[in-house]
Amino acid sequence: MLLSAICSIVEGTVICGDLRLNEEVTHAFSSDLMSDVLTLKRDNFLLITGLSNAQSIRTAEMSDAPYILLCRGKTVSKEMIELANENNIAIISSPFSMFKCSGLLYNAGLNPVY
Amino acid sequence: MYFEYKVVGGDFTIAGVASSQVKKTLKQLGIDSSIIKRVVVALYEAEVNVVAHAYEGVIYVDIKGDGIKLKVEDKGPGIPDVSLAMTKGFSTASSSVREMGFGAGMGLPNISDNADSFRIETVVDKGTTLHIEIKFH
Repeated sequence: MLLSAICSIVEGTVICGDLRLNEEVTHAFSSDLMSDVLTLKRDNFLLITGLSNAQSIRTAEMSDAPYILLCRGKTVSKEMIELANENNIAIISSPFSMFKCSGLLYNAGLNPVY
Repeated sequence: MYFEYKVVGGDFTIAGVASSQVKKTLKQLGIDSSIIKRVVVALYEAEVNVVAHAYEGVIYVDIKGDGIKLKVEDKGPGIPDVSLAMTKGFSTASSSVREMGFGAGMGLPNISDNADSFRIETVVDKGTTLHIEIKFH
């Protein structure tokens, strides 16, 4: 599924990383617990989270997750955007809850990591 | 190649800076991406531990042809029971650390999972030193 399609399904707004919108995304992982994200062996997945701080961007960087979907319209700081741009990470913000985002995307064919 | 990075306890805004620098260096050296991920995940967990639990720390990075040695040395409370600290799910992290997405008792076990060699030296009320080694091949 293209990142642009993901953005559309969750009625999201692209915060940064527009150049990645035409990339194919196959897997996603939903968590607010960054320690859990760091245990994943897979890379190139979409991180769906409600945690909006510098550590969610850092965790995506270390986990080789180039796409982040922030749920519930959380505020994204200037520092987060700078960090994401520096590491070529796309951020999409959705007004929907993590449960709703995950359900919609699973239903549309995005695969779970587990 | 040898690098040192200072880590300040309690300052989550800069947690991950050292791990990010090491990642960039390993990429430039052409190290396999799956190895880089193991290195930076282990280092990032260790870096977050210093920020979360210690007053200050230093990360020593030694990159040689066959692998990387990381020493993460902190001044802090130390670990009274290392085997308990290595138990998945056990944590002494504060609520502010949990709000940052950590403190679930997964850090030290995850470092161990990613390392080829992992050793903890700790003295209560003095500090903790982690020795992490990962081979490139």
